[in-house]
Amino acid sequence: MTTDRYLEDIKEIKTLMNKSTRFISLSGMSGIMAGIYALVGSLIGYYIITNARIRGKGDTLDRLFSTPWEYNYSLQILLVAAGVLFLAVVTAYFLTRAKAKKHRQKVWTKQSIRLVKHFLTPLIIGGAFTVCLLNYSLVGLIAPCMLIFYGLACIQAAPYTLGTVKYLGWSCAILGLINSLWIGYGLYFWAAGFGLCHIIYGAVMYLKYDRN
Amino acid sequence: MSLIHKLNKAFDHRIRLGIMSILVVNDFADFKELKELLEVTDGNLASHAKALEKGDYIKVEKSFIGRKPNTRYLATDLGKAEFSKHIEALEQIIKGR
Repeated sequence: MTTDRYLEDIKEIKTLMNKSTRFISLSGMSGIMAGIYALVGSLIGYYIITNARIRGKGDTLDRLFSTPWEYNYSLQILLVAAGVLFLAVVTAYFLTRAKAKKHRQKVWTKQSIRLVKHFLTPLIIGGAFTVCLLNYSLVGLIAPCMLIFYGLACIQAAPYTLGTVKYLGWSCAILGLINSLWIGYGLYFWAAGFGLCHIIYGAVMYLKYDRN
Repeated sequence: MSLIHKLNKAFDHRIRLGIMSILVVNDFADFKELKELLEVTDGNLASHAKALEKGDYIKVEKSFIGRKPNTRYLATDLGKAEFSKHIEALEQIIKGR
C-alpha cells in the first residue's frame, strides 16, 4: 500500500526534473521539414556537381571568392546549403512557436535559452573549424565535419529538450565518421544525415510528442 | 523496515519534494518559476521553502532586478547530498516490494 505512495513520489520527482530543465515544445514536424529541405538541397547539389564543366581544382577560401559565379560550384553549393539551413531554422521557429502556444507556454523560457546555448556552442566551434578545412583545400572533409559537429551539438542539447534528439545526434556523428573514411561521397552522407535522419527522427518525435 | 528510516522527513511532502527536485537539476530557480512548476499558492510555497531553508537544504538569495525584488532559491551541497540519499532510499523501497 505505502510503496505506491513512494512510487508516486519518484514519478513526481522525475516529472519535475524534466519539466524544469527540458524544453518540450520543440516541434517534431519541423524535423521532418528540415529533412525534406535537406534532401531537395542535396538534389540541387547533385545537379550542380554532375553538370560541372570544370573540375579537379581544389578549392580554397581565396578561390571561393575569386572564381566567376558560373564556374564557382563550391559557392553555388554553399549557398544551397545556407538556403537549406535558413529555411530549416525559420520553419523550426514558427512550428515550435505554434506548438508552444498550444501548450500555453512561451517560446523564450529559461529552458529554451539553455537549449539554444548548448546547441550552438559545438556548432559554432565546428563551423569555424570547417571553414579552416576549406582554406586548406580539404574539401572532402567538409561534409563529414558538418555531420560530426552537428551530431555533437544535438547530443549536447538533448538533455535540455526531447530525448529523441540524442539519437539524431549519434546517427549524424556516426555517419560523419564513416564518411571521413570514404571521402568523396560527402553529398550522399550529407543527404542521409541531414535529410533521412531528420525525417525519421522528426517523425518519431511527431508521433511521440506532437499529436496530442 | 530499516529502509523507511533512511527516508528524510524533511522531503516527506509533495511541495518540499517538488522544490528539491527542481533545485537539484537547476543552478537556481526564482519564486515565480517554482510557483508555476509546482502549481501552488504563494503562501504555501513560502512556508515550505522556509522549512527547507531552516534545515540548510536550500539557500535563498534576495536581489533586485531593476526595481522588482527577486527571490532566488538554490540547493545547498547538503541539500543535494541528502536529496540523492532520499531518492536512493525511495528506489530501494520500491524494488524491495
